[in-house]
Amino acid sequence: MTVTSVEKDPVALTLTITSELAAPVDRAWQLWTDPRQLERWWGPPTYPATFVDHDLSPGARVSYFMTGPSGDKAYGYWDVVAVDPPHRLEVRDGFADDSGEPTDTPGPGVMIVTLTETADGAGTVMVIESQFPSAAEMEQLLAMGQEEGMVAALSQIEAILADTA
Amino acid sequence: MVTYNRMVVGSDPQADRLFHALADATRRDIVRHALGAEHSVSSLARRYPVSFAAVQKHVAVLEGAGLVTKRRHGREQLVTADVHAIRRAARLLDELEQLWRDRIGRIEDLLAADHPTETQRAGDPR
Repeated sequence: MTVTSVEKDPVALTLTITSELAAPVDRAWQLWTDPRQLERWWGPPTYPATFVDHDLSPGARVSYFMTGPSGDKAYGYWDVVAVDPPHRLEVRDGFADDSGEPTDTPGPGVMIVTLTETADGAGTVMVIESQFPSAAEMEQLLAMGQEEGMVAALSQIEAILADTA
Repeated sequence: MVTYNRMVVGSDPQADRLFHALADATRRDIVRHALGAEHSVSSLARRYPVSFAAVQKHVAVLEGAGLVTKRRHGREQLVTADVHAIRRAARLLDELEQLWRDRIGRIEDLLAADHPTETQRAGDPR
């Protein structure tokens, strides 16, 4: 397990997750700058992400959607606030409608990615800091890519109903 | 749409209120302190090196953001943090942690695919 620390503050609605990656900083930065690579890890296999626009310049908007097993699509975006290649990326991330326009509710959160060299210089310490504007936004983020869980829960309910029949 | 208490952001002004409420260390401390127990504004005021009026103002900001509720008891104003909302936030953060652990797992697989494995290298005749 390469996750080295997790800090959660349920009052401030923040999550900071630190991991150590077995690759130099320049390589780790590509995970964020190359949309084809992002698509390989952002969404789970059952809910892959497709990045439509991907420009990590300050003020630019990155837009993507995630496609569920039944073809349903969930849209999201990042507004790039600050970028310092290959070390830091700060975005405001939120949800969008099917034309890619940000939705008013829930409002955007903040995500800050920091990449630094490990002490031995061979690896990268990646810190992801997320601040969520509300529990509603957290709920919606979790709903993106969780149909598998829902299906499993539903089949369990069906099994229980079958037992009691 | 998920709804519970007043943590739901029905509009951007509400999100702004929540951000503003949580941006201050004293206010965050008041919320933690008022979790699960009622405290009078005057007892909270004794905890911080600020005036009673300042604490009263902090409590009003927290109340506006739906993080605490206030009720009158005699001459005292009693403050409680919304335990339900905060527990729910804690559960959601647990799930978001898992989401990121899964993503980091996929990142590891992706990075590992950059290089042939040690056994493959050993088997390479060149």
